[in-house]
Amino acid sequence: MSDTTKTAAPKGEGVSLVKLLLEGRAFFALIAIIVVFSLLRPNYFTLSNFLIMASQVAIYGLLAIGMLLVILNGGIDLSVGSILALCGVIAGALMQGVEIEAMGVILYPPVWAVVVITCVVGGLVGAVNGVLIAWLKVPAFVATLGVMYVARGVALLMTNGLTYNRLAGSPELGNTGFKWLGSERIAGVPISVLVLAVCAIIAWAVLSRTAFGRWLYASGGNERAAELSGVPVKFVKITVYTLSGVLSAIAGLVLSSQLTSAGPTAGTTYELTAIAAVVIGGAALTGGRGTVLGTMLGAFVIGFLSAGLVITGVSSYWQTVFTGAVIVLAVLMNSIQYGKGGKKA
Amino acid sequence: MSSPSETPDAVEVVLAARHVAKSYGAVHALKGVNFDIHRGQVTTLFGENGAGKSTLMKILSGVIQPSAGEIILDGKAVHFQDSTHARDLGISIIHQELSLAPNLSVRDNIFMGREIKGPTGVNFSEEERQARKLMQELEQDIDPLTPVEDLRLGQQQIVEIARALSVDSRILIMDEPTSALSAAEVEVLFKVINDLTSKGVSIVYISHHLEEALQITDHAVVLRDGAMTAWAPRAEIDLNWIVRNMVGENYDLGSPPTGYDFGGPALSVQNMVVPDPGGNAYNVVDNLSLDVKAGEIVCIYGLMGAGRTELMETLAGRYRQASGRIELKGAEVSHLTIAERIGQGLALVPEDRQRDGLVQTMSVGQNLSLASIGAFTRGIFTSRRVEKTLVAESIRRVTVKTSGPDAAIGSLSGGNQQKVVIGKMMATNPQVILLDEPSRGIDIGAKAEVFRLLAEGAKRGLAVVYTTSEVSECLSIAHRIIVMHKGRITAEFGADATKEMIMAASGEQHAA
Repeated sequence: MSDTTKTAAPKGEGVSLVKLLLEGRAFFALIAIIVVFSLLRPNYFTLSNFLIMASQVAIYGLLAIGMLLVILNGGIDLSVGSILALCGVIAGALMQGVEIEAMGVILYPPVWAVVVITCVVGGLVGAVNGVLIAWLKVPAFVATLGVMYVARGVALLMTNGLTYNRLAGSPELGNTGFKWLGSERIAGVPISVLVLAVCAIIAWAVLSRTAFGRWLYASGGNERAAELSGVPVKFVKITVYTLSGVLSAIAGLVLSSQLTSAGPTAGTTYELTAIAAVVIGGAALTGGRGTVLGTMLGAFVIGFLSAGLVITGVSSYWQTVFTGAVIVLAVLMNSIQYGKGGKKA
Repeated sequence: MSSPSETPDAVEVVLAARHVAKSYGAVHALKGVNFDIHRGQVTTLFGENGAGKSTLMKILSGVIQPSAGEIILDGKAVHFQDSTHARDLGISIIHQELSLAPNLSVRDNIFMGREIKGPTGVNFSEEERQARKLMQELEQDIDPLTPVEDLRLGQQQIVEIARALSVDSRILIMDEPTSALSAAEVEVLFKVINDLTSKGVSIVYISHHLEEALQITDHAVVLRDGAMTAWAPRAEIDLNWIVRNMVGENYDLGSPPTGYDFGGPALSVQNMVVPDPGGNAYNVVDNLSLDVKAGEIVCIYGLMGAGRTELMETLAGRYRQASGRIELKGAEVSHLTIAERIGQGLALVPEDRQRDGLVQTMSVGQNLSLASIGAFTRGIFTSRRVEKTLVAESIRRVTVKTSGPDAAIGSLSGGNQQKVVIGKMMATNPQVILLDEPSRGIDIGAKAEVFRLLAEGAKRGLAVVYTTSEVSECLSIAHRIIVMHKGRITAEFGADATKEMIMAASGEQHAA
């Protein structure tokens, strides 16, 4: 406590207020969005609307957590939208039943197995990213761009461009319950929001309370120094891309469960929304700086802003313009914050 | 005569600062300094890290603006808008931290931002001709088309110097130009400085290498804590005068710790060969063998390019293509990763602390605890309480001057940053600690503290190996001095060696 008063005192009240606004900018932006839209449309400020909006944010939020891990490492993952689609399609295919021609049977795996298999596939695709980047030294932008195309292509090939529609399963096959993830609620809260909350809390704990979290911040801040300090930088790198793949798979499951359909074109450009959420949340694209809380706020800023624009009846073209302006503004503030800090006298 | 008067003599003084102050928030980096640059002469600025030398130089070259005070050029007050404005008025600066684009060639770096225009865009051939000429003046065999990233640190510093020389400036500020140069390269630089002053160019020189600076300076100015403490022409001063005014105490890097016996062999290197990482057909470390006992302090003296850094980094595990045997307390470690070697008790403090030592995005405390996370991890979670204790202990042990463990690492002075890197590796409880140029770019006070730390460690049984390119640092705490030249050990001395013996063995033609 004495430290804060000591440093804040000579600067004066005005400066510290600016500093507070700057550091909590995502939070204040979210408050501002809620206030403005609530004034414009009273039905914006209702619990049911917040829960609906939150369940939409869940998809972006899950992708953004994975993206945060990758960006903290100083990388980027453009493949999350495609992995989401691929995993949704795989889940869809498994729900339709897997025909094994040699034996003439169709297997209907239970829902828990579908979830596990889908997450493993997402993790494997993410691990491919990681290996390309860490071991084969392919720049992250290019490696994940390639995987983005490949994963999307595979999803299209699997379905021949069509969409799986009957994901509800049937009681006689014992594979019901896929809808649970996307449409059920516990104590009024949508499951998808709870999934996001659980993932966010785990990510927060890992980042702030484990050795792995410290390794990640260190190798994103200065990989050479981290390596010489004994941090297994390659392991860290492969792990974050793998986790990003797993989180994309979870997002894919939630999305196809919400829609009770899985299409190969789902999640197109979601990677950009996820990056935007991370950036609005104050993370630095150069790596080493960023928090889960900030990223969550960033995801909610984007989600609540676009939902608010829809409710107020603003044209979707304007929504695109607003979202873009918010992203640029966020990056501008990031550079103000990080440009000032850390310089020595 | 030489003491700054209220209005500087426009004939004698080309550029002057009067009552210049600079504050960063609550930190007063400069407190009303008066400073004169004498026309056609070398003015040297002495001071410890954090004394405000670099800040003053940045103000005089227009990089930053003073909070108060004025700059007087040729008797008239001026206000520099930015460094380009200052450069147009004939003032250029060689920064302490290299400011080169590593991906560009030597030629492109020299002419960066002031490309020579021809009828079809940039006149590359003219640029190359001038770059070649500069390299000849500096007696360097560097091709202007080589990418800067392929050059050694010392050569990169030469390029930085060449860039400043390529602007025909009247005033040239050199902030630590020799920190990575070999003695031979320094001689060449001094010859160039003499040429420049005879042409009427005024030089401001900053160096932690006091003896070296005394060789060429005409005037000395000492800064301490952002204020000027002393100034005098060369004839009136000596080394003691400088040190007295800088730190207010005697200049002593210590002596080899005694009163205990060395333990068993701690580090043993046999027939180590490291091929040139650049792919050239020679070995940067050539069939080298070395034994260090527990409690022993070994100094490896060598010039730039002697293979010291490669030797140290191979021992730590960065170069995997090396051959030879490395044993730690009798156990082979050559096949282990960096992390495993740290776990076995072998720690490296790297040469370039900005690039290899510190994570700039992390706090002082997080940097200190980075290499020993396992020590405060309970189960899968780290313990904040234990970490706090360990960090506090490290800060106390290596005496880091910081406002607290949560301070930004960039807020520390160079010497304190170096102590953080050393503290980080000490926290892993090593048996053997390797330090590559631990005194690079840090002031005498910090240097002495670092050496005191190492001597204390040795008394507790730590084996210490450090490299240096300053003979005075060899003749301090080391029990044994090893001279390296072109990847080989060319001589070995006890603590009773003399300066001349060491220099002669290092392949250095030295006048002194």
